[in-house]
Amino acid sequence: MLRYILKRLAIMLVTLWIIITLTFILMVSVPGSPFNSESSSNEIVQANLNKHYNLDQPKYIQYLEYIKSIATFDFGPSISKPHQSVNDLLGRGFPISFELGIISIAVAVLSGIILGIIAALRHNGIIDYLAMGLAVLGISIPNFILATLLIQQLAVNWEIFPVATWSSPAHMVLPVFALATGPMAIIARLTRSTMLEVLTQDYIKMARAKGLSPWKIIIKHALRNALMPVITIMGTLVAGVLTGSFVIEKIFAIPGMGKYFVESINHRDYPVIMGTTVFYSVFLIVMLFLVDIAYGILDPRIKFHKKGGD
Amino acid sequence: MKAIQKKNRHASVPDEWFQWKGKDMEAAEVVARPSLSYWKDAWRRLVKNKLAMMGLVFLILLGVMAIFGPVFSPYDVNKQDLPSQYQPPSAAHWFGTDGAGRDVFTRTWYGARISLFVGLMAAIIDVTIGIIYGGISGYKGGRTDNIMMRIIEVLYGLPYLLVVIMLLVVLGPSLTTIIIALTVTGWVGMARIVRGQVLQIKNYEFVLASKSFGTKTSRIIRKNLLPNTMGPIIVQMTLTVPSAIFAEAFLSFLGLGIQAPVASWGVMANDSLGAILSGNWWTLFFPAFFISFTMFAFNVLGDGLQDALDPKLRK
Repeated sequence: MLRYILKRLAIMLVTLWIIITLTFILMVSVPGSPFNSESSSNEIVQANLNKHYNLDQPKYIQYLEYIKSIATFDFGPSISKPHQSVNDLLGRGFPISFELGIISIAVAVLSGIILGIIAALRHNGIIDYLAMGLAVLGISIPNFILATLLIQQLAVNWEIFPVATWSSPAHMVLPVFALATGPMAIIARLTRSTMLEVLTQDYIKMARAKGLSPWKIIIKHALRNALMPVITIMGTLVAGVLTGSFVIEKIFAIPGMGKYFVESINHRDYPVIMGTTVFYSVFLIVMLFLVDIAYGILDPRIKFHKKGGD
Repeated sequence: MKAIQKKNRHASVPDEWFQWKGKDMEAAEVVARPSLSYWKDAWRRLVKNKLAMMGLVFLILLGVMAIFGPVFSPYDVNKQDLPSQYQPPSAAHWFGTDGAGRDVFTRTWYGARISLFVGLMAAIIDVTIGIIYGGISGYKGGRTDNIMMRIIEVLYGLPYLLVVIMLLVVLGPSLTTIIIALTVTGWVGMARIVRGQVLQIKNYEFVLASKSFGTKTSRIIRKNLLPNTMGPIIVQMTLTVPSAIFAEAFLSFLGLGIQAPVASWGVMANDSLGAILSGNWWTLFFPAFFISFTMFAFNVLGDGLQDALDPKLRK
């Protein structure tokens, strides 16, 4: 077990190092100095930036300093908003984005699992086809398209839900719906296929023969095993929700990290872009690591000493 | 009495009526029905899947329209015509016009060109790199495999869209950059699949037989291993295309992909964000419909291919 964790930890650290180095190389290779654009004509800002990034120093010192500043979670000042540091933006945006993300994932997981179970129990029935048709549709419609369609129908035409900003539960309904649909569809399909597989196993027949109630069989015996694959894709899902939040926050004008990130891309605000990218990447890579470990703990069949073929 | 009658009846059939034809060895070997190759069999299964066939037909039509659609249209893609802005769909403008008076019908097919091009190019590059990398890793095995897999595990952890966004910020947005950015990490999934397949198949008896006849490694890979991994590769390819199409639309929507005057579905959707508030639904509807339906078509086709190419996995 310990060996497994250490191995995953080592891989995680290498991945982190690659993404940080890649960010650095890209930042250095931006034509000219990244801070020479017209948006940063302010001399004080310029001086601060040069000092912060040690642009007068040789490259390897810049690189070491860069790694040091990331290790201490100091991403430097923003160019387009001179009086703010990247940390300020992250500090303000993260709680909101985190809330949006957590709610969306919770909604996606719960409704996806329920939909998947129902589809599996009514295998090849109308409900099954309906649920799976819905799931393919959910995977196919890009979240930003879904979001704009939702705004047009539910907010503009029918005026059921308010949009823009993040101030009340009613404001949350549409963004969460737009963000959760894709992951929900993926979970529903996965749950259905593993449920179908599990339901034909001998121990389910045994449980049935014992006279257990159908619900008890599903919840206590089948679901436990059917949910293992769902856990494996949680990492990817978190990544999907996270990148999805860029556009969703942009469309719904939610003042989260994603909105700042998109703005910084449009303004070519390099410190913010790089800082946010590193932050997001670290977050995601650590999530993937945790999911891996969780999977290892939850599934006793996993071999810790040696990994078999895929 | 009865027994005698029966015997007589039999006796009334003289032996001369019968003739010994001999055993035709040749005829016994003839296959009664036309032999079905794996691909024909798979095709037969695919045709039965109505949803997948619908997807295939839609994609063929889309491909045809992407090539010939703009040719038939009297309007230029980027020709602005402000007096006729926001015209609802009509006989003159089948899909209406957008905020700059451009014909949405023409722009939609240009968007289809870009989306299909990005999707297919990304898939082809992914497959090429994936087959080579995964094939070597799986066939060589041992230490080579171990090292190559560690590299993949590290790359697999990189957040795909973030890397793409970063590359685009630095390299500058263009069609080529998008395709490069999408394939930099995109091939990893394909390589894993190919490697898994090769690892499994290389231990089968027919490969051993081939080896024991003294077949060269390159021929074994080409003739024995690759044809048998084709199924999962094709499925993965069909599923790569929609994700590449999504990524292009997503990036263009963020303002990072194809740049504004060029018609891409993502750009069109982004342009029409303001327009929907004023009720000009058609500017959003057509790009939205075609992005979604193209992805839908590829997804159901991929599902159908999966069932058709690997009947054992059918659920």
